[in-house]
Amino acid sequence: MRKESRFVVCLLVVIMAFSLSGRAQAETIKIGINAPLTGDIPKVGEGTKFAAQMWLEDVKAAGGLAVGKKKYTVELVLEDNESKAESAVKVATKMITEDDVLVMVGPQASKQAIPAGGIANNYKTVMVTPWSTNPDATKGRPYVFRACFLDPFQGPVVANFISTEFKFTKAAVLYDVASDYPKGLAEFFKKAWEGLHGKGSVVAYESFTTKDTDFSSQLTKIINSGAQVLFTPQYYNEVALIVQQAHQLGWKKPIVGSDSWGSAETVKLCGKDCYGAFFSTHYAAAGASGATKAFIDRYKAKHGYVPDDVAALTWDAMLLVQQAIQKTGGLTGDLKKDRENVRTAMSGIKKFKGITGEMTFSGGGDPIKCAVIVKISDAGEFTFYKSVCP
Amino acid sequence: MVIFLQNLVNALQWGSFYALIALGYSMVYSILMLFNFAHGDIFMVGAYIGFGVSIGLLALSSSGALAMPNWLILALTILFSMFLTSFVGMIVERVGYRPLRNAPRASAAITGLMIGIILETGNLILLGARRVSFPSLVETTVYNVGGVFVTNKKIMIVLVSLLLTLALHLFVRRTKWGMAMRAMAFDFAVVPLMGVPVNTMIALTFAIGSALAAAAGILFGVAYPVLDPYMGILFGWKAFVAAILGGRGSILGATLAGFLLGFTEIFVAMIFPSTLRDLIAYSIILLILTFRPHGFFGEPYSARLRL
Repeated sequence: MRKESRFVVCLLVVIMAFSLSGRAQAETIKIGINAPLTGDIPKVGEGTKFAAQMWLEDVKAAGGLAVGKKKYTVELVLEDNESKAESAVKVATKMITEDDVLVMVGPQASKQAIPAGGIANNYKTVMVTPWSTNPDATKGRPYVFRACFLDPFQGPVVANFISTEFKFTKAAVLYDVASDYPKGLAEFFKKAWEGLHGKGSVVAYESFTTKDTDFSSQLTKIINSGAQVLFTPQYYNEVALIVQQAHQLGWKKPIVGSDSWGSAETVKLCGKDCYGAFFSTHYAAAGASGATKAFIDRYKAKHGYVPDDVAALTWDAMLLVQQAIQKTGGLTGDLKKDRENVRTAMSGIKKFKGITGEMTFSGGGDPIKCAVIVKISDAGEFTFYKSVCP
Repeated sequence: MVIFLQNLVNALQWGSFYALIALGYSMVYSILMLFNFAHGDIFMVGAYIGFGVSIGLLALSSSGALAMPNWLILALTILFSMFLTSFVGMIVERVGYRPLRNAPRASAAITGLMIGIILETGNLILLGARRVSFPSLVETTVYNVGGVFVTNKKIMIVLVSLLLTLALHLFVRRTKWGMAMRAMAFDFAVVPLMGVPVNTMIALTFAIGSALAAAAGILFGVAYPVLDPYMGILFGWKAFVAAILGGRGSILGATLAGFLLGFTEIFVAMIFPSTLRDLIAYSIILLILTFRPHGFFGEPYSARLRL
């Protein structure tokens, strides 16, 4: 008797769920946001949430999202992945199988985006990670996309920038041989630079290991190598030491870095020595114009601080998703078919004008987009210098 | 030639840190036959205490209550921090080593490792994982001497460390306390019979070693103004190498070996690809030790020494 009644209740719940989701599918589009609201990087989660909510406001103000001839209301399914890989996987599975999201945005960090991307790909649901730069997040996964550039991409960007901006032909590199990100980037830069200026044009290719604090020997070599510019793709704590020591050893030429420089700590630790240095990154808040400036002003007015690159990239990811959904020309109501259509539309997006640059997808999940070169001003601010394409 | 001279200057600065830290290792080692593995972390604690003291003094000075020029603040920072860190050293000895003085040496050695971890993680809890920027007390002035670039900071670092080494040398050679220390290194068992307060002397040894490490920490902060809780580990290891290389209990030896280590690292990176720096540098040191197993000024162990 008890068993039977339980069965009946279960059946009723299932029927209700089906009827609910069936009805909801016709009227609303659900978009999952898989964000680190707690854990190591709550600031990243906050930026994600705020940017996504701003996008939702716009959609609501327009009376819903027009797809084909119909207007849909949009609902965000915001879930916390605690900045953990296993939670990100759990959240992704729940969103896709229980909440019936059409598209998932996030997770942000590669640590979570790589495993969660596997889930999204298995369930044939489009996932867009705004911030993950590790190649593995999208590799071999037709359903996973990203809104930022990849690590290897910055090498050629910086090489191009230095060549066209300063007309230099001899470069020096100083990097941490024991850390994946700097090492990879140093290699990509070297390859790109030698492609532009011929073999031997990287006149000094010096390394150190993590935790080193004295770079005087390497820098002495670099200074006496005849290099015209120093490229050092390091994190902020090393940047401070390298730049200061270079100046103390008499280096007066330009120093260029990569997106790992883009922390408020860089200038705090480095001080005046870093003024005038350049680095490549996703976006620059100071000196922005057009849509980027509009976004920054709006975000700042609402939340009281300048949005970082995560917020800006999330904003772009939301708009990318919007464009992909609209490009399908209309939803069938069959979730499986719609998800497939969104994927096809997404992979064909060309010249999307994002606030972090123009993006084009050519089949794969990684956009071809331009990077921003930032100059550290004499007031210690990161100011937009120019946009550079590979 | 210019490159060589430039690297000579670089190596002098780099070696100064090794020398100062090695002295503390060497003193404790000679008296207790104990590897004080927490010494590298005392160097870290010294740097952070220096950071706190200098921030305090800067605030005091800028508030107008007691206006001081910056060089005076730096000098006071070094003195205060040496004083405060010497207490850290004494506490480490009292809490960590004294209860284990008659325990097997291995137990005492791992005590050092554990104290090191406690100091590191304690700092992590206290101040967080964020890197701390050591205040720039002296404006850097770069002098160009015929293509060789020297800064006022480099000169100061080398001079201060040589001065401290000399002071320690005089203390050990010319004072009664120093004589007691040397006697303890010579024969730990008999010395107490002569009326030497052994516990006080050991505490004093730790205090002096820690004070020197603190001085090294502040000088390090001046030269490399980014502090993190784990900065002492690698430094501790390398300075330990210098202490052994110098020979047991030899102040001159530890200083020379510290500078030699600095020179080896810098010049290996000058000649060979910098990726191979530590590999080649420490292979050279290993080779030296093979031929001189007791270091430069060490005497072969004898039955008289406590082991």
